[in-house]
Amino acid sequence: MVTDTGGVSDQSFNQSSWEGLQQLESDKGWEVSYIESKQESDYATNLDKAVDDEANLVWGIGFNMADAVAHSAQTNPDVQFAIIDNAYDESQSNLTGVTFRAQEPSFLVGYIAARTTKTNKIGFVGGITGVVIDQFDYGYRAGVDYANKEAGTSVEVQGQYADSFSDAAKGKAIASKMFSDGCDIVFHAAGGAGAGVIEAAKEANQYAIGVDRDQNYLAPDNVITSALKRVDKAIIEVSTQIEAGTLKGGSNIELGFKEDCVGIPEKHDLIADDVYQAALALSEKIKDGSIVPPMNKDSYDKYVASL
Amino acid sequence: MKTIVKLLRKPIAASILAIAVGFLIAAIVLAIAGYAPGPSFAALFNGMIGKPKYISNVVIKATPLILTGTAVAFAFKTGLFNIGAEGQYVTGTICAAIVGISCDFPPVLQVPLVILAGTLGGAACGALVGWLKAKFGINEVITSIMLNWISLYACNFVVNVPAFHQPESTSTYAVNPSSYTMILPKWKLSEEGLATLKGTPWLYEVLVKTDVNVGILIAVACAILIAVLLKRTKMGYEMRAVGLNREAAQFAGINVNRNIVTCMLISGALCGLAGALAVTGLEPHNISTLAAFENNGFNGLSVAFIAGSSPIGCIFAGFLFSGLIYGGQSVQQVMGAPSDIINIMIGTIVFLMALSQVVPMVADWLERREKGVANA
Repeated sequence: MVTDTGGVSDQSFNQSSWEGLQQLESDKGWEVSYIESKQESDYATNLDKAVDDEANLVWGIGFNMADAVAHSAQTNPDVQFAIIDNAYDESQSNLTGVTFRAQEPSFLVGYIAARTTKTNKIGFVGGITGVVIDQFDYGYRAGVDYANKEAGTSVEVQGQYADSFSDAAKGKAIASKMFSDGCDIVFHAAGGAGAGVIEAAKEANQYAIGVDRDQNYLAPDNVITSALKRVDKAIIEVSTQIEAGTLKGGSNIELGFKEDCVGIPEKHDLIADDVYQAALALSEKIKDGSIVPPMNKDSYDKYVASL
Repeated sequence: MKTIVKLLRKPIAASILAIAVGFLIAAIVLAIAGYAPGPSFAALFNGMIGKPKYISNVVIKATPLILTGTAVAFAFKTGLFNIGAEGQYVTGTICAAIVGISCDFPPVLQVPLVILAGTLGGAACGALVGWLKAKFGINEVITSIMLNWISLYACNFVVNVPAFHQPESTSTYAVNPSSYTMILPKWKLSEEGLATLKGTPWLYEVLVKTDVNVGILIAVACAILIAVLLKRTKMGYEMRAVGLNREAAQFAGINVNRNIVTCMLISGALCGLAGALAVTGLEPHNISTLAAFENNGFNGLSVAFIAGSSPIGCIFAGFLFSGLIYGGQSVQQVMGAPSDIINIMIGTIVFLMALSQVVPMVADWLERREKGVANA
């Protein structure tokens, strides 16, 4: 596995991925190893090193590596490659793209936020606009709309982008502004910039919602829930299938509630139990397809119209 | 006393000693952390020179280090501490990327144009620092550290400018292929090229699997040029005089301020050149938002230290440093040692090498003290 520039202890998907691989090591006795990329120009050489290490399967973590992984797959046809958070338009027989339906857990946390807020104003802080973050943004808004419809409330969402996945100071400034504008819950999908959002919640003594992993430990009294992407689980599942040969390369895989690869943490001390239970019920509805959370502006507009 | 001073005066001996002690300490750290030192070092060297393509990668990664190292060493000889190498490098990448994306001339024109843009960007950055120092006496360390951050945020700004921003990514578009400085970039991936290269496996590895580019030739040439400039020209003589004793140089009729600006300009130009060569010579041929510095410039400081501020020494120090960084990743991969241990190892070696430069200084001090005693 080759990490992106976040490194293996990034408290986010690189770390989750490595935990998934370690699980494979202890459960199945696989030989696993990782290489950390320090610069973007390291991607190609690190992937190459992983191949030299006679790996059967090489994981690239993060959509930033998409081109490097595709190139490496092309020059090493005997090795299987897979990538987290990227789907390829052109398929290669030894390349698997793994993406998450992040709109699904976002829908849930949106629902929870709308039912938990006391000021009827909540916020969203995104990293950089794009396909992946749109899923969070519109899934969240749709969850809020659903709750509004259900409970007859009129919770508003303020959204803003930090234009960065790393600038914690900017994330903090945006979230602080939202809190002083009367928001009492802010959801972030902004990687490292989101750490600032959580910090702002801590200082303002308001609520925040984490992303990717259960971020409650960052601020136990302020992070009410998190929109989870179970990257570790995805890595285990997909690796096992590729290794067993049940999954041939050349396809893109999308994971969501149905595959049990997204969700919200079980711990819910800061939210009412009936809200949590209602959210779980919603996840069942998403699973069976009776609710399809939107993933971008178009599908969101359609969704709102259908409510 | 004389013999001790004489022994201390041999910097090469001191450097070798520092490397040996550095490796020893690294071995102890590895052993304490529970990783066998022997195999770890084997992995390190195997990852450095085990295959032709590894050597090629070490050479590729040494290119910016040699340039930024030479830049820092050069400024140091004039008595300036160019900690802004990082920012000048980043500015170089920004300017090269902007020009490389916007213009698309035939390679004969495009390559020099893109490289010149990056070099000028770095030079402007460096000259500004030198000018502030010469005109207002503002310490170059402070201004250049602040310029580092200005460059970093300028980079993030340029990446987000719609004209350059590649959608669905955190980077700009790649520069136009006419700006590439790799060796035979098109031919090596064509069918004909691949077929020819298959015959010579090492050449296939080096050419196809790495971004082998002409940057290293430029870097080595620059280091030699700077060495000649310092040692053999009037300009270099003046600069060294300014570095040794500013007041004395002034008294001798040397224009100190002009030399400070020129020196920082050249130093910055070298860093900018390193940045430009990275954009033209390496995948992904673009710039992306920086969360932290990539250390191409800061590592240049270490390289200059290791080299004892000798431009020619920077060539070798650059190779060593890049080998340690690149080979170090293999230790992590093969031994499973976390990258932090590798960094401790690199840090220890650099630290001791930097200390080795203290040794001749101690010798100077001893000698001066002795003379002082004699004069009194």
